[in-house]
Amino acid sequence: MGSPPGDAPHSKSSQSVYWSKSLKIVGVILTLWFLVSLGCGILFRDFLDATLPNIGGAPFGFWMAQQGSILGFLILLFLYMVLMNKLDRDHGFEEGQ
Amino acid sequence: MTQDIWNFIFIGGSFALYIWIAVRTRAATTKEYYVASSGVSPFANGMATAADWMSAATFISMAGIIAAEGYNASRYLMGWTGGFVLLTTLIVPYLRKFNKFTVTDFLGDRFYSNFARAVGVICAVFICMTYIMGQMRGVGLVFSRLFDIEIWAGVMIGASIVFLYAGLGGMKGITYTQVAQYCVMVFAYTIPAIFISMLLTGNVIPQFGLIGDFTKGDGAPISLLSKLNALNADLGFAKYTDGSIPKLDMFCITAVLMCGTAGLPHVIVRFFTVRSVKAVRKSACWTLLFIAVIYLTAPAVGAFARTNLISEIHGTKYSEAPSWFKNWEDRGLIAWVDKNGDGVMQHQKGDAFLKKPVYSPDRVEGGPRVVTNQLTENGNEVFYERDILVMANPEMAGLPMWVIALVMAGCVAAALSTAAGLLLVLSTSISHDLMKKIVSPNMTDSHEVLWARSASFAFLAIAAYFGINPPSDFVAKTVAFAFGLAASSFFPTILMGIFSKRINREGAIAGMIAGISLTLGYIIYFQFMVEHKNYWFGISPEGIGFIGMLLNFVVANVISMITPAPPQEIVEMVEQIRTPQSAGSATH
Repeated sequence: MGSPPGDAPHSKSSQSVYWSKSLKIVGVILTLWFLVSLGCGILFRDFLDATLPNIGGAPFGFWMAQQGSILGFLILLFLYMVLMNKLDRDHGFEEGQ
Repeated sequence: MTQDIWNFIFIGGSFALYIWIAVRTRAATTKEYYVASSGVSPFANGMATAADWMSAATFISMAGIIAAEGYNASRYLMGWTGGFVLLTTLIVPYLRKFNKFTVTDFLGDRFYSNFARAVGVICAVFICMTYIMGQMRGVGLVFSRLFDIEIWAGVMIGASIVFLYAGLGGMKGITYTQVAQYCVMVFAYTIPAIFISMLLTGNVIPQFGLIGDFTKGDGAPISLLSKLNALNADLGFAKYTDGSIPKLDMFCITAVLMCGTAGLPHVIVRFFTVRSVKAVRKSACWTLLFIAVIYLTAPAVGAFARTNLISEIHGTKYSEAPSWFKNWEDRGLIAWVDKNGDGVMQHQKGDAFLKKPVYSPDRVEGGPRVVTNQLTENGNEVFYERDILVMANPEMAGLPMWVIALVMAGCVAAALSTAAGLLLVLSTSISHDLMKKIVSPNMTDSHEVLWARSASFAFLAIAAYFGINPPSDFVAKTVAFAFGLAASSFFPTILMGIFSKRINREGAIAGMIAGISLTLGYIIYFQFMVEHKNYWFGISPEGIGFIGMLLNFVVANVISMITPAPPQEIVEMVEQIRTPQSAGSATH
């Protein structure tokens, strides 16, 4: 749907729906962010090293800390972009390019 | 052709390119100078931000730190990449919609206070100054090694180049030179890594080599990391894949690096150069992708370099040492002392001697350089500077001379690109945040640009001075300051400014002061005042910014609750930046 460039007026209520939905997206992304980095790479690292299979020659937690977390961040940022762009479209907040 | 000629071609060629770009993109208005008219494509901004972000320290030292520390170094890997997730989801889309020139603008407007603005200026100047000194030093070191000139001359050359394109070209000039610099850096980093990966593991992709088998020589295949763990254990080091930093401290340090990254002004302003909020999101993906190319390679380089170094040096007769060993010994970055007089090099845990090597002029033909330092009791006989691991990699892998020259050009590109980005924030802080917004609001546009150019000249002169005369290990110690400060001041305050409508002027200022005081006080106390390390709960000065940040959150919320709510127009402004529509181009 999309809206014309410039400011199409949005009601307060549609703004607050948009905001609460975007908070949800950010919340999900940041929970996953915490899990792949500080979680897998540091807090649960010993447990993961011991219980999960090695990634090639690397213990699982070690691999997460040095490689997996960074790959995870990339996926998360891509996911964030897709979800937020969709949210913009659904609520008529899409920008005129 | 000799190595010197290749070096001249690569460094000279890259400099000519940077200056050509600068001349083509000279900025005339404040809008061009501060945010490149907000017309940069997300892809180009991604490359520029990556170059801006990766400093000389990242490029030259990170792989060496990983090689030396193994798992412990993961804090840098996760911290300096994970910060971009925070930056993208919590900070930059909203600040881009806010649509001003600087990060300090947001603090000043959102908290309707010139005091908050002034705190912002001081923090920005402090963070950027600590950083830029290291960059100038890095440029000076590379030049002095390359062309056999004094460090001060190297620093002066670097400073002049940065002033030419950053001082004159502003954000517009910086952006396109950073794009070029990223390209130089990425080839310089990955090409040697690919070759050394093939040499040690037979795998073309370094990231697969890291988790693959060590196949060099004729031993039975064993995984590279097991081989490295075994080598480390033989020599008395901790296992490569084990950590020695306590979990809580590791957690705090990583969190500080992440939150600090999301609060660094020179990274945030880069996202003001793209057209819209949508473009910010896209650009953030590109940025992290370009950064990840190097950050995913660094752990592989670290592991390869350590395996190679130990297996080639330890137990080898000095007379049979590889040629790179002697090259770097000649340049004063490697030393060997034959403690047990057997003519064989032994590498073990501990320092071979106290402090950095001091060479005596006497040297027996074909023998090692003689070191006059006081020797230590342990069995280690080999000293090497960690930084050589990246720079010596091409030689260790036996690569042609042009690759070595490319790596040198990459080191210089890394230092210059970061220095330029920092210089822009420094000059903007003075011309825009201090002069225009606080001291003389009626200043004309061209006056403001003049102020920006003069300020960048002054800051560069100071940075060059400290690059030539570094205050001992002051710079290394103050890196903890830069991230701790960004994490305990900018990051939480901006975050609350966007996500809470209730946080007011009094709360924000009190929170910032509390966070900064705790962080700075703790760091100064443990780094400069006492020798012992009886940290609170084992949290080192590197990680204290996390506690400073929590304190900032608590104080800001409590004080805001007991003081009047912010005025209505501020609440409306906050509502307005939360939705992306019509971000427009940046204005005053």
